Amino acid sequence: MLAALRCVIHRDLLLAVRRRSDVLTVLLFFVIVVSLFPLGVGPDPALLRTIAPGVIWVAALLASMLALPRMFASDHADGTLEQMLLGATPLGMTVAAKVLAHWLVAGLPLVLISPVLALQFDFPQEFLGTLTLSLALGTPVLSLIGAIGAALTLGLRGAGALLSLLVLPLYVPVLIIGAGAAESATSGIGGQAQLLLLAAFLVFTGALAPWAAAIALRISAE
Amino acid sequence: MSGGINWFKYSSPQTFFPLAGKLAFWFGVLALIACAAGLYIGFFAAPTDAQQGEAYRIIFIHVPAAWMSMFLYLVMAFWAGLGLAFNTRLSGMMASALAPTGALFTFLALWTGSLWGKPTWGTWWVWDARLTSELILLFLYFGFMALQAAIDDPRRADKAGAVLALVGVVNIPIIYFSVKWWNTLHQGASVSLTQAPTMAATMFAGMIVMAFGFWFYSIATALMRARCIMLERERASEWVADYAKGSA
Repeated sequence: MLAALRCVIHRDLLLAVRRRSDVLTVLLFFVIVVSLFPLGVGPDPALLRTIAPGVIWVAALLASMLALPRMFASDHADGTLEQMLLGATPLGMTVAAKVLAHWLVAGLPLVLISPVLALQFDFPQEFLGTLTLSLALGTPVLSLIGAIGAALTLGLRGAGALLSLLVLPLYVPVLIIGAGAAESATSGIGGQAQLLLLAAFLVFTGALAPWAAAIALRISAE
Repeated sequence: MSGGINWFKYSSPQTFFPLAGKLAFWFGVLALIACAAGLYIGFFAAPTDAQQGEAYRIIFIHVPAAWMSMFLYLVMAFWAGLGLAFNTRLSGMMASALAPTGALFTFLALWTGSLWGKPTWGTWWVWDARLTSELILLFLYFGFMALQAAIDDPRRADKAGAVLALVGVVNIPIIYFSVKWWNTLHQGASVSLTQAPTMAATMFAGMIVMAFGFWFYSIATALMRARCIMLERERASEWVADYAKGSA
């Protein structure tokens, strides 16, 4: 079974490497959205410092949502998904592997570039670690929850806008806790509580979301 | 054979349709009576609040609406889950019929809360834990309805909606306990099952009567809507043709 998972991850990563522009678009979207805020609210460093975690988190949320339709769409279009539904590997495991591959492609680059963006906002350097760690724990949760939405809207009219309506409300707790981690770190309380909560979200959604997404995929493929 | 009672008699649209019509009528009558009585108690019988003056009277709408908004989501998720597990036709129809009423009550709770917040807190809206999670509940209802509307095949719409409703259930305990977990602006509950309410008896009575009124209203409208959905989905069947002939 692990061999099958490795195969799915390897295949999805290979496909992503072959179509590099897809990966870069999401990353550039993230960078551009974050850069819009200083232009919109004004370049006051004190203001930017306070809004930095929130802005970076909201942008990460939007960017990871933008990448969601691709999670199953091409497999659905070329029939690979049906083979996965029929295959011997439990569908939940296959979905978990696909989510992991999707996060490595769409989520991890955002996490890695976020410290640079935070510096543009004059965010205190000693708390960059907390911010990056909160994103590293939070963005996989976004991919996991998003997988359910992507599976439910597979092949529907106007799937993109519908997907945002389904998924964004479910993202809200992650956003509040995630942005709260860096904020309470800068205010001196320390962000450990929020980081632990994010880790709990990750364990909870990691256990249940692939299973729910698998059910949703079976419904969509009927 | 088991007892001779057919437990599943009303699980088919054909037999449930006339029953739903009768129930909807009587629950509608009950809703009118309860709401009229509740509003009378709320506006004429209940005393003016010592601290909040007359503005507090909005709780007779606000609190029952907020209760119903959460409760209806649970009922909707229950029917949706039942439909998903046992593949029953009627359960999905009930879930879709409940969603607009639930969204209406969520909106009412937010709106009346905002009207109350201005004179009492001095602001229309705060990003308090309970307000925010109630707003998310409204979005969850909208998401459920939008997803069902986007899918043409009613069976797939029911099932996809069911998965979404069950995933969204996580939000209900968050709303309910938000005022306990986070000590933000919205005050704690004045009414609970385990201790005497911390308000005058007439105020409490008015709220409970209104809650029953909203409950009956929800049942009546959900059944009316379910009847429409049944007719629409079963339009190819013989009993709908008979019904159409009979009422024409």
